[in-house]
Amino acid sequence: MDALALARWQFAITTVYHFIFVPLTIGLAPLVAIMQTAWVRTGNERWLRLTKFFGKLLLINFALGVVTGIVQEFQFGMNWSEYSRFVGDVFGAPLAMEALAAFFIESTFLGLWIFGWDRLNKKVHLACIWAVAIATNLSAFFILAANSWMQHPVGAIYNPETGRAEMNDIGAVLTNNTLWAAFPHQITATFLTAGTFVTGVAAWWMVRLVRTRKAENVELARDVYRPAVTLGVIAMLVGGIGVGVSGDIQGKIMYEQQPGKMSSAEALCQGQEGAAFSILTIGDLSNSCENVRHLIEIPGLASYLGTGHFSGPESYLPGVEDVQEQMTERYGDVTASGDPVTYTPNLAMTYWSFRLMIGMAAGSVLLALMALWLTRKGRVTDNVWFARVGLVAIPMPFLANSFGWIFTEMGRQPWVVAPNPTGIDQIRLLTERGVSTVVSPGVVLTSMIVFTLVYGALAVVWFTLMRRYAVEGVPLSVRDESPEAQEPPDEGSDAADRPLSFAY
Amino acid sequence: MDLAVVWFVLIAVLWTGYLVLEGFDFGVGMLLSILPRGDSEHREKERRVLINTIGPVWDGNEVWLLTAGGATFAAFPEWYATLFSGFYLPLLLILVALIVRGVAFEYRGKIRDEGWARRCDVAIQVGSWVPAVLWGVAFANLVRGVELDAEHQFVGGFLSLLSPFALLGGLVTLSLFLLHGSVFVALKTDGEIRARARRHASVFGVAALVLAGGWAVWAQVAFSVAWTWVAVVLAAACLVTTLVANRRGSEGRAFTASAVTIVAAVVLIFGSMYPDVMPAVDPANSLTVHNASSTDYTLTVMTWVAVILTPLVIAYQSWTYWVFRRRLSTTDIPAPAGLSLKKVREAAFGGASSGGSTGRGLTDGSGSGS
Repeated sequence: MDALALARWQFAITTVYHFIFVPLTIGLAPLVAIMQTAWVRTGNERWLRLTKFFGKLLLINFALGVVTGIVQEFQFGMNWSEYSRFVGDVFGAPLAMEALAAFFIESTFLGLWIFGWDRLNKKVHLACIWAVAIATNLSAFFILAANSWMQHPVGAIYNPETGRAEMNDIGAVLTNNTLWAAFPHQITATFLTAGTFVTGVAAWWMVRLVRTRKAENVELARDVYRPAVTLGVIAMLVGGIGVGVSGDIQGKIMYEQQPGKMSSAEALCQGQEGAAFSILTIGDLSNSCENVRHLIEIPGLASYLGTGHFSGPESYLPGVEDVQEQMTERYGDVTASGDPVTYTPNLAMTYWSFRLMIGMAAGSVLLALMALWLTRKGRVTDNVWFARVGLVAIPMPFLANSFGWIFTEMGRQPWVVAPNPTGIDQIRLLTERGVSTVVSPGVVLTSMIVFTLVYGALAVVWFTLMRRYAVEGVPLSVRDESPEAQEPPDEGSDAADRPLSFAY
Repeated sequence: MDLAVVWFVLIAVLWTGYLVLEGFDFGVGMLLSILPRGDSEHREKERRVLINTIGPVWDGNEVWLLTAGGATFAAFPEWYATLFSGFYLPLLLILVALIVRGVAFEYRGKIRDEGWARRCDVAIQVGSWVPAVLWGVAFANLVRGVELDAEHQFVGGFLSLLSPFALLGGLVTLSLFLLHGSVFVALKTDGEIRARARRHASVFGVAALVLAGGWAVWAQVAFSVAWTWVAVVLAAACLVTTLVANRRGSEGRAFTASAVTIVAAVVLIFGSMYPDVMPAVDPANSLTVHNASSTDYTLTVMTWVAVILTPLVIAYQSWTYWVFRRRLSTTDIPAPAGLSLKKVREAAFGGASSGGSTGRGLTDGSGSGS
C-alpha cells in the first residue's frame, strides 16, 4: 500500500474507534445529569443509586473517549499536512474553539464531579455534571462545524496566490445548513445510543431480579430499575424520532450538495424519476454500474427521500453516471498518475453502510416497544426475552453511528473537501492531494500498527470494565455525602479530617 | 498591533500553561516509583496519595496541549502542518504515552487487584517519563532550527532530531519536571512523603540547575538573541530560589519559583525562535510568524474567542485548585473501592434458587457505596 492508502486506513481506524465511545458519552452525560437532578429535587435515593451506577459506566467510557480524542487533534497535521495547509485558515478555527469552549469545561468539571461529592454544595455539584453534559454537546457542534465545512464549504474564498482556502465569514461557517442538519442528527443519535444502553442494562437487571421471585428483589426492580427503563425509553423515543426526521432533512440536503454520495447510496446508476429504494441489491463490488441488480425495491421511495416527491419530473434523481459526467465537465481533475478522476464513491461501501446505519435502529425499536408493553402501568417483568433483546440491542446504535460516519466520509470520496455546487469551484480538494508528502509509507504503517495494537488492548480493558460494572448493578446503599448533609465538625477538628469520599 | 505576533505570543502562553501544569503531573507520575517507601501496603497507600494529588486536575491540565495544538492549526496552519508531519515519530510516542497514562489514572482503582494496579503504574510511568523527555527534544529542535526545503517541508529525517543539543534539551525538561513534581508533592501532601519529596527536590533542583543552566547558555550563545538573556537569568534565579525555599520549608514559594522557571524556559524558547515559528537551517526556508499565519480575518475571529474564553478557563480551573486545596496524607485515602474481577456479587448469577439477594451475599471487593 502507498502512503495515501495507509493514511486513509489509519484515519478510519482511529476515528471509528474514537467514535465508539463518543456517542455514549454525549448521550449518557445528560441522562446521568437528569438522574442526579431527580435526586436533588425529590431526595429519592433511587435516583442517587442510578446516578452512581450509570455515572461509573459513563466515567469508564469517558476515559477512552478523552485519550483517543487527543490523536484526532494531532493526526490532521501528521498524516494530512497538505490538507491542513489548504483548509487550516477555516478548519482550524472550529477545532480551536472546541478546545477552548468545550474541552476545558468537560475535563475540568468532570474532575470536580468525580472528586467533589463531599466538597461541593449539592447544587453546585449537580451543576458540574450539567456543565459536562452541555460541553460534550457543544464539542459535537464544533466538530460537526468543521466536518460540515469539508462536506459543503461556505464562508470562504480561494486565494490563488497561496492556493489555499481563506475564511471570510465565520457566521456562514457556523450556520452552514449542512451543519444544522448534521448536528440534530448526531445529537439525537447519541440519545438513541444512550437510551438503548440505559434501557438494555436496566431491562437485563429487572428480569434477573424478578426471576428470583424474592419480594425484596422484585421491589428493587420496581423501585430502581423500572424508572431507569422509563428514562431510557424516553431518550430512545426522542432520539429515534429525532434521528429519523433530521436524517430525512439531511438526505434531501445531501442530494443537492453531494449527489454522487446519494446516488451511490441508492446504487442508482442512471438518473430517473420516481426512483425506487432498494432493500437488497447485488453487484460485483468492483464499483462499476454494469453488474448492479436491485432485488427488493420499494417504488418511488428513493425519490421521495431525496426530493420529497414520489413521482413526476420533480422526483428526478441523478444517477452515478450522470454525476460522473457533470463533474468531469465542471472540474476535470486528473489523478497523480494522470488519469481522469472518478467522481463517485465506492458503490458497495456507500450503499451498504447507508442501509446498515438505518437498519441498526431495529434493535432499539424492538426494545422500546417491548419496554413500553412489558412495563406498562407500573409493571415489572420476568420475560427473559426482554433481557435478551436488551443485551442484543445495546451495541446496535453504536454500529449505526459508525456506519453513518463511514457512509458520510466514504460517500464524500474522492474529495476530502467536496466542492460546493453553488460555491467557489476552487475550494475543493481531492483526498489524494491532502496527504502528507514528507511522511513515508513505512512510518505511517508503523504508527498504524502501534495504534491498532494499543487500541485493541484498550478495547478489551474497556469492555471488561463496562461489563463488570454493569453486572455489579446499583450500589446496595448510598448516602448523601454533600457538605450540607454532614455532621458539623467537632471543636478543634476540621471537616477536612475525613478521608476523601472518592480517590483513585 | 500585528495579529500574527499576538498569536505567536498566545501560543507561547498556551504552551506555558501546558508545561507548567502538566509539568508537575509528569513529575508526580515519574515519582511514583521513586518516592514511596515502606512495606508493600504502605507503598501502595503512598502511591495513591501521589496519584490523588493530581487526580481531579490532570485531565484539565492536558487540555492546554489540545488547545495549543488547535490554536496552532487555526492561527498558523503552515506551522501546524510542517511541525506535526515533520516530528511524526516523537509525536506518535507522545500520543501513545498520553493515551496509556490517562487510561491508567482512570482505571487503576476500578479493579481491586495487585497485578492490575502494577500494570497501571507501569503505564503511568511510561506515560510520564517519555513525554517529559520528548517535549524537551522537540522544543530544543525548534530553538536549534531544522532542515526545511523551499516549500517549508521538513526533510531532515528522524535522526536529525536527535542532536546533542536536542537530547540535552530532553534532559532539561526531564529534570525540570522532576523538580516541579517534587515541590508540588511537598506542597500538596502531609506526613513522611512530604518530607521525602522535599529531600528529593533538593537533588533534582541541583540536577536541573546544571542541565538547564548549561543548555540555556548553549542555546543563548548559539541560537538566540540578546534580550533572552533576561529569561536565562530569571530561570537561574528561580531555580536557586526553588532550592532555597524548599530547604527552608516554604513550599508555596518553592512551587511558585519552579513554575516561573518553566515560564522563563518558554520565554527563552519562543524568544529565540521569533520572528520564526520554525527556524530552518537555511534561513531562507524558515517558517516565520508571517508566512505561516492565517489571514487577518481568521486571526481576528480567533482573538475575540481567545480573549473572552481564556480568562474564564483560568478562572474555573483556579477554582478547581481551590476546591481541592487540602493536603493529602495516607490517612486521607479511603479503602480501595474497586471491584474484584473474579468474584461477583452472588445475586449477579443467582437464579431463584441461589438465595442470593442484592441485600446479602456480598463477596469481597464489591458493593462499595460511593
